[in-house]
Amino acid sequence: MTIATRELRASFAFVERNFNLTKRYWGWEVAWLVYSIAAALAVAFIGVAQDDPGLLQVLVIGTIFWNYLSIVFGFIGETVTWERWEGTLEYTFMAPIRRYTQLVGSTFFAVAYALIQMVIILVVMILFFDLEFTGGNFVTAGVFILLGSLSFVGVGMMAAILPLLYVERGDQMVFVIQSIILLFSGVYYTTDVLPEWMQFVSQFSPGTYVLNGIRGGLIHGTPVTELLHNVWPLVVMGIVLIPLGVYVFGIAERYAKRTGKLKRVG
Amino acid sequence: MIQVMNESKTTPMRAPARQPLRRVGPPPPGEQPALLIEHATKRFVVGRKRKSVVAVNDVSMSIRRGEIYGILGANGSGKSTLIRLVSTLLTLEGGRVEVFGHDVERDEMAVKQLINRVSVDAAFFKKLSPHENLAYAARLYGLDARSARAEAIQILARLGIGEKRLSRPLEQMSRGMQQKVAIARALLTSPTVLLLDEPTTGLDPRSKLDVQTFIEEVRDTHDATIVLTTHDLAEAERLCDRIALINDGRMVAEGTPGELMTMVERDYGKEPTLESVFMTFTGKSLDDDVDEDKDDD
Ligand SMILES: Nc1ncnc2c1ncn2[C@@H]1O[C@H](COP(=O)(O)OP(=O)(O)OP(=O)(O)O)[C@@H](O)[C@H]1O
Ligand SMILES: [Mg+2]
Repeated sequence: MTIATRELRASFAFVERNFNLTKRYWGWEVAWLVYSIAAALAVAFIGVAQDDPGLLQVLVIGTIFWNYLSIVFGFIGETVTWERWEGTLEYTFMAPIRRYTQLVGSTFFAVAYALIQMVIILVVMILFFDLEFTGGNFVTAGVFILLGSLSFVGVGMMAAILPLLYVERGDQMVFVIQSIILLFSGVYYTTDVLPEWMQFVSQFSPGTYVLNGIRGGLIHGTPVTELLHNVWPLVVMGIVLIPLGVYVFGIAERYAKRTGKLKRVG
Repeated sequence: MIQVMNESKTTPMRAPARQPLRRVGPPPPGEQPALLIEHATKRFVVGRKRKSVVAVNDVSMSIRRGEIYGILGANGSGKSTLIRLVSTLLTLEGGRVEVFGHDVERDEMAVKQLINRVSVDAAFFKKLSPHENLAYAARLYGLDARSARAEAIQILARLGIGEKRLSRPLEQMSRGMQQKVAIARALLTSPTVLLLDEPTTGLDPRSKLDVQTFIEEVRDTHDATIVLTTHDLAEAERLCDRIALINDGRMVAEGTPGELMTMVERDYGKEPTLESVFMTFTGKSLDDDVDEDKDDD
């Protein structure tokens, strides 16, 4: 067996394990799903209240795709926290696998999970609202989901090192990062309504480009080729952040092993 | 529970003795030790005041293939830290550790393939069943999931855990059972060096006996070298070919149980028991040890 197939098979360990965990914690899964649907509907009703189909579209797209991106980010960013909480962190880190194998497995599961949830919410939205995306360019939307996933995986990997470095605060920091991305990415509004300094910051959030791109595609039917200014930042972020994330994760792991931070407490 | 225990009693745990082949004692010159630790040192910086604690201080040991090597010491003396250094979960500050000639730092992957560790707290996904946890282990170690499952059923049956229990969440099992599953999980990967960090702590006498008998069986039937830490001196005497005593991170004595007991009798005029060995070399009685309990691990 070559190293590549061995590692690929090992990465399936994480997919299967997370799938089993999802099954066993199904009560929580239901609770989260209900929350996500309720939150999405609540936001969308703002558009209904304003009697503004355009606003409704902006809000629906924002809430659905933000939900998707934040799940991908959260799953990866919380890999370490989760295992530390279960008490399996040392066990997993002792196994003869490469760290990228673990990250690939976690990513694969996160994307699959987030996609399923996205479809469910989308269906509910369609049942509730008279959504018209005729003339929408679905290829554009698909491309931006793909690129958005890559860049959010990269950001998630960078965030995932925080719980390794800071046993107590790390998870809180991941949560704060997620909130900041939400604020600066124009999830429920376009970023040009933000104060200038916030607009400046929003250029560094992959969320800004993903949402611009998807809105351009679904609402205005713009082809990807006319949205390249939103494509290339995402490509760059994916290409840079994913390898960088794996690399930095390795450094953080060595730091954790030097200072004794893999241990469950202290 | 009682029924399960009886089950395990009817199956003879002991394989036909292969004991005569076992080699005990430090490896002779020229023989590669299963585990070599040379001048290992590990320091932690703890607390707000950044106080430095030397958890393992210049410890050296050379363990022969097939030995069961015991590490005794009071709470906080550095036993678990030493085990973690071998398990690649901590990096060394000084010295070196080699598993069958593979350096833990330079050759980390090779070492990881050769070792496995069972910790005091059975490290499982508590909501997952033993089967699901073991499947995870099998995939991580590149084993075929199906044959690993069959083997796990076999190992656990020998430990008195029936197949029916293997599909229910692990959190529904007693600590003793969890610990047995942890040992089964470690064995699944056929480690050549098995690190057992207090495998019987917190188990009732029956389960303890089961686990101890099983460790003996593993020694006799697998090509495994076992490093064992324990606070149970009878267990150490029963299982260990050689014992090291650690006090405040330093190794203070090493030898076969017999040698150590003879030594305290001869040099210190004490009763030849492991308890007097422990008290002599750690400067603490067993009761102090229990009271102190400053570290949960
Ligand atoms: N990850 C860590 N971070 C900081 N200090 C640590 C860490 N692990 C161990 N220590 C410290 O190192 C010393 C040795 O701890 P260790 O857990 O190795 O002892 P032990 O002999 O296993 O004790 P016990 O019998 O209670 O299990 C203790 O002072 C402990 O507080
Ligand atoms: Mg310990």
